[in-house]
Amino acid sequence: MALWNEETVRVGGVDVTAIKGGSGEPVLVLHDELGYPGWMTWNQRLAEQRTLFVPLQPGFGRTPRVEWLRNYRDLAGLYVRMLHELRLEPIDVIGFSAGAFVAAEMAASDPHIFKRMVLVGPMGIKPEEGEILDFLSLTVRSHLRATVADPENTPEFGAIYGGEMTPAQFEAFEDARTETARLGWEPFMHNPSLPHLLNGVRLPTLIVWGDRDGVVPRGCVDGYRAAIEGARVAEIKGAGHRPEIEDSAAFARVVKDFLKP
Amino acid sequence: MLIGYFTERPYRWVPENEVFRNRAFYGVSNRFFDPEKGAEDYNYFLDENCYAEELGFDAVALNEHHGTPFCMGSVMNVEAAILARITKKVRIVLVGNPLPVIKHPLRMAEELAEIDLISRGRLVAGWVRGAGSEQFFNHANPAFNRELFNEAHDFIIQAWTRPGPWRYEGKHFSYLQVNPWALPYQKPYPPMWIPGVLSPETVKWCAEHRYPYLGLGTALGPTCDLWDYYADEARKLGYQAGPENFGYLIPVFLAETEDRAQELGKGFIYGGGQSAFSRPEHTLPPGYNSKDAIRRLAKQPGGSWLGVSADKLRQGSEVRKDNDDYDGIRQKLLASYHNAQKNLTIIVGTPKSALPKIKTLLEILRPGVFVVFNVQGPVSNQDRMTSMRLFAQELMPALREYGKELGLPDSLGKTPGSVKLNSGVSRTPVVDRSALSSLHLV
Amino acid sequence: MHIMWFTERAYSIHLPEEEVLRNRSFFGLPNKLFDPAKGAALLNQYLDEKIYSEELGFDGVMLNEHHGTPFCLGAVMDVEAAILAKTTKRLKIVLLGNPTPTVANPLRLAEELAMIDLISGGRLVPGWVRGAGSEQLANNSNPAYNREYFDEAHDLIMKAWTQPGPFRWEGKHFHFRFVNPWVLPLQKPHPPIWIPGLVSPETVVWSAKHRYPYVALATFLQPTVELWNMYTEAAAREGYQAGPENFGYMQPIFVAENQARAEEMGKRFLFGGGFSNFARPEWMFPPGYNSKEATRRLAHQFANPNQPGKSIMAAETEADSGASFDFEAARRAIYADYPQWQKNYQMIAGTPKNVIPKLRKVLEVLRPGVFSFWLDGPIPAADRLSCLRLLGQEVVPALREFGKELELVDPFERKPGSRPLASGVKPVAVAQPEALASL
Repeated sequence: MALWNEETVRVGGVDVTAIKGGSGEPVLVLHDELGYPGWMTWNQRLAEQRTLFVPLQPGFGRTPRVEWLRNYRDLAGLYVRMLHELRLEPIDVIGFSAGAFVAAEMAASDPHIFKRMVLVGPMGIKPEEGEILDFLSLTVRSHLRATVADPENTPEFGAIYGGEMTPAQFEAFEDARTETARLGWEPFMHNPSLPHLLNGVRLPTLIVWGDRDGVVPRGCVDGYRAAIEGARVAEIKGAGHRPEIEDSAAFARVVKDFLKP
Repeated sequence: MLIGYFTERPYRWVPENEVFRNRAFYGVSNRFFDPEKGAEDYNYFLDENCYAEELGFDAVALNEHHGTPFCMGSVMNVEAAILARITKKVRIVLVGNPLPVIKHPLRMAEELAEIDLISRGRLVAGWVRGAGSEQFFNHANPAFNRELFNEAHDFIIQAWTRPGPWRYEGKHFSYLQVNPWALPYQKPYPPMWIPGVLSPETVKWCAEHRYPYLGLGTALGPTCDLWDYYADEARKLGYQAGPENFGYLIPVFLAETEDRAQELGKGFIYGGGQSAFSRPEHTLPPGYNSKDAIRRLAKQPGGSWLGVSADKLRQGSEVRKDNDDYDGIRQKLLASYHNAQKNLTIIVGTPKSALPKIKTLLEILRPGVFVVFNVQGPVSNQDRMTSMRLFAQELMPALREYGKELGLPDSLGKTPGSVKLNSGVSRTPVVDRSALSSLHLV
Repeated sequence: MHIMWFTERAYSIHLPEEEVLRNRSFFGLPNKLFDPAKGAALLNQYLDEKIYSEELGFDGVMLNEHHGTPFCLGAVMDVEAAILAKTTKRLKIVLLGNPTPTVANPLRLAEELAMIDLISGGRLVPGWVRGAGSEQLANNSNPAYNREYFDEAHDLIMKAWTQPGPFRWEGKHFHFRFVNPWVLPLQKPHPPIWIPGLVSPETVVWSAKHRYPYVALATFLQPTVELWNMYTEAAAREGYQAGPENFGYMQPIFVAENQARAEEMGKRFLFGGGFSNFARPEWMFPPGYNSKEATRRLAHQFANPNQPGKSIMAAETEADSGASFDFEAARRAIYADYPQWQKNYQMIAGTPKNVIPKLRKVLEVLRPGVFSFWLDGPIPAADRLSCLRLLGQEVVPALREFGKELELVDPFERKPGSRPLASGVKPVAVAQPEALASL
């Protein structure tokens, strides 16, 4: 039996491909800057109670590129519209890395669209201390390896990216990197106005962060905590930028706990 | 004292009526540009700068303006590059690169480093915010002009001094890999002079950075006020300002006879001269001036060299009918030409009549750098060179002597800001106001 | 035939080779290795050489620019172009090319080039490039918009040069409310434009459409022939017959009084891995820099046209293998390739007598209207000068004869795109692959 299926939703003339799986109250999942990696253990754990709705970002291969998207706020606007039109609001959201940036932009523009917000290793706010890894000047390989604390001992990492990179994979990564550059090249993966707009938002927020994150420094987490009143932080020990695959049990635990009915 | 030569490199072949019709130089359509004449003149002006070196000037100064026949130096670094190679000893002074309009400060840092290298350390870099019209031409948001200026300046200094590669994420500029390979010849970086037309913000900024401030033909009274302001700020920062902190640039035109000088010197008011540089709406784009400057402007009846008077602002808002009767304008300009001479903001004459005037200027302003600005308008190459020669041969030796007598060290010989001033100690004067008051300026 | 020469104005003579190999790249070497006194001497030496080459009878000199690398000290080549405009009298000043996407203010570039054209008395040949991948990083220019910037800057500059101002430009990436540059080029309607390339088909087709000559930069002969056929086909679709006037070729050529000395110079061209170590793969191919098609080609094919047999995938694997660095082994690997370079005609080194017949073969195969020598590597100034002198006195005259005999008309003799071709008529190929087979 298929755990998930793919569907297309039409928003403002754009055919957005989305992954849908699980059962129960829907939750919006926004994937990271490398693209949706497939249905993983953490998806399955969450899908036991919730329906995961994962739009695939325009320009990342499955959903066509949308020329008028020029920054993450534009993308957030498209997704806000999508939720309105699908009548999914208010909804819980989980955003990963650049996907968390998008979630935060959506919350800033329309706080009522979400019930609760989970930001995992969030980009979007320039850290006071430290820097977001300049992954756009790395090869995909080096970038991928930097996303987990211990590539050799992260089984799911190997399952997704192990072996030789196929030409199709190479192309998919280049699509993802290209779209990420289009939206996030400058200012690099952040928006200076975002923390100011988030300041007025009252939204239960959980920030999940691996304490060995080599992509997003703790400073980003602190930036979000300062911007969103009452935001909680769940640190996952030993994990890097992808706690959802590096320690999916711990990840699912904190997220389920936060999103419990 | 360092003596420099400057020209705007005017495009001399636009009919004056076209400038009148446009009510400004800026914005006259480039269909009036004849490339053959342009090619001749660029080469001539480069040769003229070489001639300045030959005549014994210590420096040649360049500037740039865009979209105007007023100044052909659209990208002065092109000329600076050439002078770096074809001159041997003069300082090449840029007053200055309009940082906010360039949009790419790292490229500017590379460009200037190359020029400094090729000249083997003869570059004097300078920075400006760019006139209002430059913001339009280059589509640089005027509301962020000062921020763009400050950020670009700070970034360039860092690019020149901090070993690369490093990452920079500013408000207006981002460079994630800063590592320019060509770095300046002069260490830690080339000297910098800041030209200005009386903005107190700029003067204060110069004092803070210990950069010499070069007044561009500004009226004597206000210039004294601002130099005092500079010196007061310097005192707060713990140093005594002196001639090494100041420079002055002034239109000077000389000829063998007084009549000829007066006739040709009218080139300074050709097309309306400096006050017709650009229309008020182009001179004061939204947000270009600070709040303070706007308040000052709203109150001031009179105008400055590149500033805009309240009168002129009103004038700009009037709907003007296009007519070919420009004689009235010419009459007014002629009156302003004579006034400017009386007020010593333009010097026109024979070496003999000019000498005491320039000496007076030096007494009052006590600048370490004195730059003569050659005439605008359709004056022949021959007459331009005659003026240069007369200045160099007949006035320069006397002025150098006088500079020594007055004790006017320049910023290359004496580091600006190097005279410490303990707190609580009052500063010594930087200008001579008694000489000023005896002039009875109008 | 238009005969010119090129040099990167490298800093390599003062650079420890180990630094380059350890960094696996010229780009990104820290600028603390730069000594301003040496840099000043080199920049002036390179200018001296160009001025001298005018005396030697070259028709032109070619400049380029690169940022953040000792590979090329000409970070803003317009600085040098300006100087040559005033200090030479006859040479064409060929810029291949200005990296329009990284310049940030194309209108300023239009002004800059117009000034240079005017000062030179109309001797400027501007060219445009997208800029290598690393240039996007050095200038923080978004690589995902590289082609769009390139196209838009090109259109804006050409319009600024040809349409009287003021006019308003509101593009996707550039906005100017008041386009009215007072300085306009001397050459009318605008200076001739040439486009250099490293075999990107998109650029070849784009050049053909604009009737701009395409100058291949030291590319392999076989792919060059293929791309020139592609140009010729695209030209036919545009309704004209391409000819030698549409093509240029640049090649590393080293001559000395004796064969051994020339070979020694040739080997130095490989210093630090040469162009294949220009920048690491992650800097050569920043995100979105390549078109979808180019990315697909890259995924399947060899990445670097100058580094056969080495795919980008392999390069990546090496990059983070973490193996300890063996300088001597890296060096040996580089110089072991040297005979191959000569054999493939990727470089020609020798006495004028030995070099001339080989060059003739290259001309027979490619039939370019423009030919550029390429002189680089850590070679002492005196050897560079004697190389230039021998080229000018012995090789250039021979090339001119060949050019006449083979009818290699250059873009100044015949306007590229000026020979109409009726639709449906098959164009005549310019390159001669039969001659290639004989090699």
